[in-house]
Amino acid sequence: MRERNDEWTGLMRSAIAGDSAAYHRLLKAVTPVLRAAARCGLARAGQPVDQSEDIVQDILLAVHLKRHTWDAEAPFAPWLFAIARNKLIDALRRRGRRIFVDIDDFAETLPGEVPAETASAGEVAAQLKTLPERQREVLQSIAVEAASIKDTAAKFSMSEGAVRVALHRGLASLTAKLRE
Amino acid sequence: MMRMDTDQLIRTLAADNAHRGRPVGFALMMALLAAAPVSLLMFFTELGIRPDVMMAMRNPFFGLKFAVTLALAIAAIAVSLHLSRPEASLRGLGWLLLAPVGILGAAIGGEMMMPQRLPMMTRLVGKNSAVCMMAIPVLSLPLLAGALVGLRHGAPARPALAGAIAGLLSAGLAATLYASHCADDSPLFVATWYTIATALVTAVGALAGAKLLRY
Repeated sequence: MRERNDEWTGLMRSAIAGDSAAYHRLLKAVTPVLRAAARCGLARAGQPVDQSEDIVQDILLAVHLKRHTWDAEAPFAPWLFAIARNKLIDALRRRGRRIFVDIDDFAETLPGEVPAETASAGEVAAQLKTLPERQREVLQSIAVEAASIKDTAAKFSMSEGAVRVALHRGLASLTAKLRE
Repeated sequence: MMRMDTDQLIRTLAADNAHRGRPVGFALMMALLAAAPVSLLMFFTELGIRPDVMMAMRNPFFGLKFAVTLALAIAAIAVSLHLSRPEASLRGLGWLLLAPVGILGAAIGGEMMMPQRLPMMTRLVGKNSAVCMMAIPVLSLPLLAGALVGLRHGAPARPALAGAIAGLLSAGLAATLYASHCADDSPLFVATWYTIATALVTAVGALAGAKLLRY
């Protein structure tokens, strides 16, 4: 457990320092743990667990947009689990259930127990349609076609800076729409 | 059919790694600096500093009003920045909010021990209670709006609580302005009317925060 936390904290420090590969690895590493916790929370609230992927994506977006509130001197896991807990409670409340979510649900999840498969998520994809065309195209190019920022810029005859702005604005407004 | 599976989302987030959010403290400072001129303009056009300010400065209780209101504003700024982190709670820094209460208590004790020309109730009721209860909330509204805009950069676990602290913050700053206008210097007056006005702003902040500070 301690080792895992240290690894996450190290990856997040590298990510903040500008290492996108470390950031990618970190998000990959935390996702199974978040997924297991989301399933556990849904099951306990008597909700179908197949909605867990929407919650996972909601958490990942919040982690991304609020990562400047993480103190690089502090361990990463408590910060992550606080956001995850907040989003899980939010999701359950929106589904009409109020439930106590124990932070230990996250901390006690062992990597071996977590389901590996990705259930389908619909909420982010549905909101994608409502974005302005440019933002949607940029997001799709990077997400679905796995194009780099550079390739995306070339494809739409935009500057790389404009692609970055569209990408970030797209992610921010997706998150805002999910909150509604 | 549009799809976004989690691996694709992660790839997209990693691509946006270069974007850095501003620290909440910076966002809060900029938003308050943008809001301050509005409150200052309202203050100087409608109220203004009391004409006998040079005389008033000889009275220690005039100065103590600013100690109380500034202690409230500074403590609330520190607490609101602390609470803007998702894993934070009031337990760490909440005691800071007792600082203005302590100063006010000490001031009341001090005044009790001095000979007074006016009876206690007269000092408490004062002459400006209606203006005070009006001016502090109105002056604090632009500052509260600014504080909420700044704190939206954070990720508070309890948005209503964070909003309430934003209310304390803006009431503390507004009361600092108002204290320079008000001719009632008794700590009993401050403890009564400033507190009611501050409670009002805090309630508005909590209601607004519950809506606006969710992330």
